[in-house]
Amino acid sequence: MSDFLVLRVVTKLLIPFILLFGFYVQMHGDYGPGGGFQAGIIVAAAFILYAIVFEVETARRVAPIAVLVSVACLGVLLYAGVGIANLFYGGLFLEYGVLAHDPAHGNHIGILIIEIGVGMAVAAVMMIIFFSFARRR
Amino acid sequence: MTATGIAAVWLRDLLASAMVLGIYSLLIAALWVVLDAVDVAFTEAAVGAGVTTVLMLLAIALTGRREKRARARSWLPLATSLGVPLATGGLLVYATLGMPAFGDANAPAQLHVAPYYLQHAQAETGVPNVVTAVLAAYRGFDTLGEVTVIFTAGMGVLVLLGGGVRRRRKITAPPESGDRA
Repeated sequence: MSDFLVLRVVTKLLIPFILLFGFYVQMHGDYGPGGGFQAGIIVAAAFILYAIVFEVETARRVAPIAVLVSVACLGVLLYAGVGIANLFYGGLFLEYGVLAHDPAHGNHIGILIIEIGVGMAVAAVMMIIFFSFARRR
Repeated sequence: MTATGIAAVWLRDLLASAMVLGIYSLLIAALWVVLDAVDVAFTEAAVGAGVTTVLMLLAIALTGRREKRARARSWLPLATSLGVPLATGGLLVYATLGMPAFGDANAPAQLHVAPYYLQHAQAETGVPNVVTAVLAAYRGFDTLGEVTVIFTAGMGVLVLLGGGVRRRRKITAPPESGDRA
């Protein structure tokens, strides 16, 4: 744990806002700049900040590697799963238009879901890489 | 930006070098904003200036903060390390001479699929941010590939650095015969 009280308090204050900003970027990616990649990095950054200021082991208890691996797998599967689901709705692979009656609406839903998949995969993989490196000290 | 790039190579203190590289990425992000590419700027600031710097700091913590001095000063590494970037840079600069002028409305990049995306993306996908529409819908298969690449990278790091959950059990298990391909 960091010896500086100011660092610890400020980090505790900042982390909720970083996570909130990450979710904002995730869900708002279709209206403004951002999307799954950026949101995933921001969410991972919150955990990495926590791991740097407090112990890495504490952060690993919050986000165990096994959970991160499943989240990463789920993210990729969510993306590919939307593509497969479109096949069942009678469309082509990753043709989201068939998800709703209105093709534009279906596209919007499909984009939201795959962005969530991207965000999950990126956040989990970034944390996996960070924790794998940090553990070797 | 050039100054930070040169400083990153020049500095012998690797910690300072990593910091300078972070500043370099942030400057590039600012350049993207100036060029109206906010999505790219966002990624550059988050990945280039943020996470990459953290990963470099981790690597420095694992290895050492000071760069070792080269023992023998031979001319070959110096010549290659100066010659290859200069030659590549020279070729790239030469190639830019053949490119259309900056912002040229008749450039091939503006005439191919870009007008279609700009005109139809919002009506077809219901997403006002054209960048997201192109990435996720029109180029959805590419993005799936990118996510798979990131996923594979993460799994590779996990396997190489031994963060595996069931590692101990694997070591005690007898090696399978056909495993050496």
